[in-house]
Amino acid sequence: MGGYGDVQLLRDDGLRLDGRKLDESRPVSIQAGILPAADGSAIVTHGLNVAVAAVYGPMEAHPRKIQRQDRAVIDVRYNMAPFSTSDRIRPGFNRRSREISKVTAEALESVVLVERFPRSKIRVEIEILAAEAGTRCAGITAASVALADAGIPMRDMIVGVASGKIEDTVVLDLDKAEDNYGQADLPAGILPNTGEIAFLQMDGDLSPEEFDLAMEYNFKAAKEIHEIMVDALKARYDGGDN
Amino acid sequence: MSQGRSGAEQRLVTPGMTIGSLSGMRVGSGAISQNDEIIATKLGWVRESNGTVSVDPINSPYLPRSGDLVIAHVAEVRNNLWFMDINGSFQGLLPMSLAPWKVEFGQARQHMDIGDAALARVQEVDECHNVVLTMKGVGLRRLSQGAVVEVPVNHLDRIRGDNNSNLDRMKDTSDCRIIVGENGRVWIDGDDNGISWTREALAIAKQHGHKKNFDSIMKKHEGSFTRKGDA
Repeated sequence: MGGYGDVQLLRDDGLRLDGRKLDESRPVSIQAGILPAADGSAIVTHGLNVAVAAVYGPMEAHPRKIQRQDRAVIDVRYNMAPFSTSDRIRPGFNRRSREISKVTAEALESVVLVERFPRSKIRVEIEILAAEAGTRCAGITAASVALADAGIPMRDMIVGVASGKIEDTVVLDLDKAEDNYGQADLPAGILPNTGEIAFLQMDGDLSPEEFDLAMEYNFKAAKEIHEIMVDALKARYDGGDN
Repeated sequence: MSQGRSGAEQRLVTPGMTIGSLSGMRVGSGAISQNDEIIATKLGWVRESNGTVSVDPINSPYLPRSGDLVIAHVAEVRNNLWFMDINGSFQGLLPMSLAPWKVEFGQARQHMDIGDAALARVQEVDECHNVVLTMKGVGLRRLSQGAVVEVPVNHLDRIRGDNNSNLDRMKDTSDCRIIVGENGRVWIDGDDNGISWTREALAIAKQHGHKKNFDSIMKKHEGSFTRKGDA
C-alpha cells in the first residue's frame, strides 16, 4: 500500500480503471512442464505478472543440519528478475524475497505429504519474470502446479489469490495502481477442494465485513483459477491420448 | 509402481481431486482417504482393481524397494565402500563385503571408480531411506561397455509390455542386450546401429509412454529399423 493519496481508482460507471468489475480477476493462463531439466515446472501468467516455478527432488537434504528424520523440508527460493519491474531490481535475496520464500514454503508444507520423504528436501525455485502486483500469489500457484507436475504427493493444490480495498470498496485481484494507491491488500493461499486457507496476509485495514467480502472474492477466484490449473496439468498429458 | 493402463475406465486426476466414496473400497497408492472420500494425491490415472482404488502417477520419483534390480553409477569411493547414484532421493551404499570381488581395504577404487556403471540389487531399505546395495547375485556386475539411458520410472511397465513383449521385440529388432533397471535406467549393449535405434525407441517411450496408442507408435518405430548393409 503506497498511501491513500487522491488517485481515482474507480471510474464513474463503477468499474475499475482497467474496465474490470469489482469481483473480476485479471486473465490467468497456466502451462505445465515447460522446463525439461526440472522434475516439474510451470509458468503462470496472471494479468501482466509472469511467474515460472521449477521443482527438483525429493533429494537428500543438504546441509545435514536442515534434515528432519520424520519428514521432508521444502526449500523455496522466490526471486524477482532484475528486469521484472520498471525500476531495475538489484539481483539476489532481499528482505522481501526472504519473507515470501518463507511464507510460500510454509504454505506448501501444509499440503505436500512431507512425511513420505524423511531426511529429504524438495527444492522449489520461483522466478518472477514480470511483476504487476500479486507476484507472491502467482508464484504460489506456479509452485503448486510444478509440484503436481513433478509427481510430489499433495492432499490438495494451493491457489494464490488476493483481494483488497480501494476507495473504501472491496475489490478482487489488485493491479499495480490499485496495489500502490489502495487501502488494503489481502493475499491468501486457498485449498480449493477443502476450502482451507494455507496462508493469509493482510496489509492495510479492513473491517470485519470488508474482510468477509474480500475472502468471499478470494474463494470465488480460487475456484476459477483452480480449474485453469487442472486444465493445464491435464493438457500436458491428456492431449493426443486417444 | 504403475501396472500399466489396461482397464476400461481411464480418468486423469490431479492432487486434491475426489475420486469417489470410500464405502467398501481400499485406498491404494497415490490416494488418501479424507471425510469418507478417496482423494488423489498425485497427477495420474485412476485404477481400480480388487476393491482397491489407486492412482497410477504420470510422473514419479524412484522410491527404492528391497529386491529392485537397479543400474547405478559410482558417485563416491571410500576405502571399503562405494556410494552409488541410483537415480533416487538418496545414494545407495555398496559395502565391499557385498561386492562380487575380493576387495582389500583401500583398494575399492581399483575395482570401480567414480562414474562407472554397475548392475546391482537393492538389498535393504530402512524407514529413513538408507539404501544398501548388493552385487552378489547372478548377472550382477560392473557394466564396462554399452550405453545407459534414463527413462521415466512410471513408463517402465509400458516399455516392457505384457510379459515383456515390447522389450523382447525391441531386443529382437535391435539385436542388442537390453536390461531395464527399476530405477528408470536402461542399459543397452550391441552394435552402434542397434544402440542408436534403441535410444530412439526409448526417447519415443519417454515422450509417448503415457498415451493409449503407445504400442502402435512403438510398432511403427520397429518398422523403421534398417540393419547395416540393408538398402
